[in-house]
Amino acid sequence: MMLAAAILIPMATAVLCLMLRRRAAVARLVSLAGAVALLIASVLLLVTVLQGGPVAAQMGGWPAPFGITLVADLLSAAMVLITGIVAVAVAVYGLADVTRNEERRGHHTLTQALLAGVCGAFLTGDMFNLYVWFEVMLIASFGLLVIGGGKAQIDGAVKYVGLNLIATLAFLTGVGLLYGATGTLNMADLHGIVPGRQDEVAILGAAALLLFAFGAKAAMFPVFFWLPAAYHTPSVTTSALFAALLTKVGVYALLRVFTLVFDAGHPSIQAVLLVGACLTMAVGVLGAAAQNGIRRILSFHIISQIGYMVVGLAIYTPLAIVGGIFYLFHHIVVKANLFLIGGLIARRTGSEDLDRIGGLWAARPWLGVLFLIPALSLAGIPPLSGFWAKLLIVQASLEAELYIVAAVALVVGLLTIFSMSKIWLEAFWKEAPAGTPAATGTVPALGAAATAALLTPALALAAITVVIGLMPGPFFDAAQVAADHLVTPDAYVRAVLGGASP
Amino acid sequence: MELILAALVGLLVAAGAYLMMSGYLVRFLFGLVLLSNAANLAIFAAGRLTYAAPPLIPEGALAPGGPVGNALPQALILTAIVIGFGLFAFALALSFRAYNALGTAEMNAMRHAEPVPAPTPTAAAETERPA
Repeated sequence: MMLAAAILIPMATAVLCLMLRRRAAVARLVSLAGAVALLIASVLLLVTVLQGGPVAAQMGGWPAPFGITLVADLLSAAMVLITGIVAVAVAVYGLADVTRNEERRGHHTLTQALLAGVCGAFLTGDMFNLYVWFEVMLIASFGLLVIGGGKAQIDGAVKYVGLNLIATLAFLTGVGLLYGATGTLNMADLHGIVPGRQDEVAILGAAALLLFAFGAKAAMFPVFFWLPAAYHTPSVTTSALFAALLTKVGVYALLRVFTLVFDAGHPSIQAVLLVGACLTMAVGVLGAAAQNGIRRILSFHIISQIGYMVVGLAIYTPLAIVGGIFYLFHHIVVKANLFLIGGLIARRTGSEDLDRIGGLWAARPWLGVLFLIPALSLAGIPPLSGFWAKLLIVQASLEAELYIVAAVALVVGLLTIFSMSKIWLEAFWKEAPAGTPAATGTVPALGAAATAALLTPALALAAITVVIGLMPGPFFDAAQVAADHLVTPDAYVRAVLGGASP
Repeated sequence: MELILAALVGLLVAAGAYLMMSGYLVRFLFGLVLLSNAANLAIFAAGRLTYAAPPLIPEGALAPGGPVGNALPQALILTAIVIGFGLFAFALALSFRAYNALGTAEMNAMRHAEPVPAPTPTAAAETERPA
């Protein structure tokens, strides 16, 4: 029952944290223990899938396609594993970052509920159930956004809630239409029905609605406005969790549904995906150039990086999908780390506004090195993980003779270096501006325990980035197998339907 | 019957979209309610409208006797209504809080998270210069 464990552990932890909300010190440790348990469960799940191929379980004893199926192929299992890694990293960081006030208002409960929703979305094999997990994730993220209670948080949350609810309704309508046209919502079952009927109005309409909904969740152009409005407002811990996981669930849903159910190679769908992905890359990176707060710059870079992942799906060759999946894994680690380090910079200088900080290279050179690892990886400098991810995408677009896509990917990479060097120049090399806390030395000092809690997750994530960069072989092989599972989902379908269906 | 429902769904979506684009938080919420009802009606119509018996299985039997209505769309809609109600309640509370904290329900006036950048010195000088 490894499959259900990845959902049940965070749910049970959420309930425990809710009961312990008056005893913050205990709840904090319970939340951390829950995250560690999730990580262990996800490792076991990954080992199971690596050894025996996709595994499925029918909830409530109803056989597929009538009941709800949980299923893990390599992509799902790897996504759950990386969720576990991020969960532990932010739980440790949160020990020194989350305020007592936020803890009392349910930070731990909501975080664990969010993790349950994310894992559920990765593991479900049913379209309507995917909708339900999206909602679990969404309502938990609403809560996490507003528990700080500041004006900026409320303001950001209004935009975040409004735009996400529209996407949710599109998702729901798309699921309804798909059911009306096919009579089933089980993804493996749909795989046997939809492919030959893609040009029917109802099915193409459902595909369009789902594309809009997942695109909005993944923050694709032109429906990304909720992200830069909200991601820099909550605590750093919450920001990092959102940045690592939420948009990536949208990308995962695109990858899953537009390979297993619909065919992303359909001319209309592929055109929308390609144009959308290229504009996402370009608009995200240009938006970042105009920003001056560390987390606001990083938020816009999430959008631009989402473009790279979606372009992997849009090119729709095996190599491109491998590239997209590799990018997905690398990006979650790097982006979570950049947000965590951005928070560290703000702790050391008293602000995350680049105009009000500086002089960190002289004061804390090691923090600079730590920042450079994920920053250069994000930009795609060898030998870090981002280089291999970008290389795969560019190579795949050249092989598919999509030269414009390759050019956009390369230019956006250059502009990413520009943005990262802007943070570097302003925060590290420039002298701290006169009169700011960084210049007058009035930044509140951090205790040894707090420093350890803030630094350890950043160091661990940086180590993962370096390891992927220096030894991309095993990760590339894993991405290859995951892509094979997506492109030829025979084993997936057999695991769900038990070989009875064609 | 399907045609009437389809037209109604279209009408609701159009009205909802119109309300949402007004840029006023309360109207946005009303638009959201209309859209959410449109989605539920669409699922209902997609499950086929038939004159059939309720899907009840007589005692002792394993399958219903005659043709029965499809129960699944109704189950989907019930779930969607419950989720939609919860989300709407949250959105309503958040809007009220936003109105209290920010002093406005005009979306374009809510600029706390993304402040309008202060005019640069050159831009300020240009506006001061007499025409």
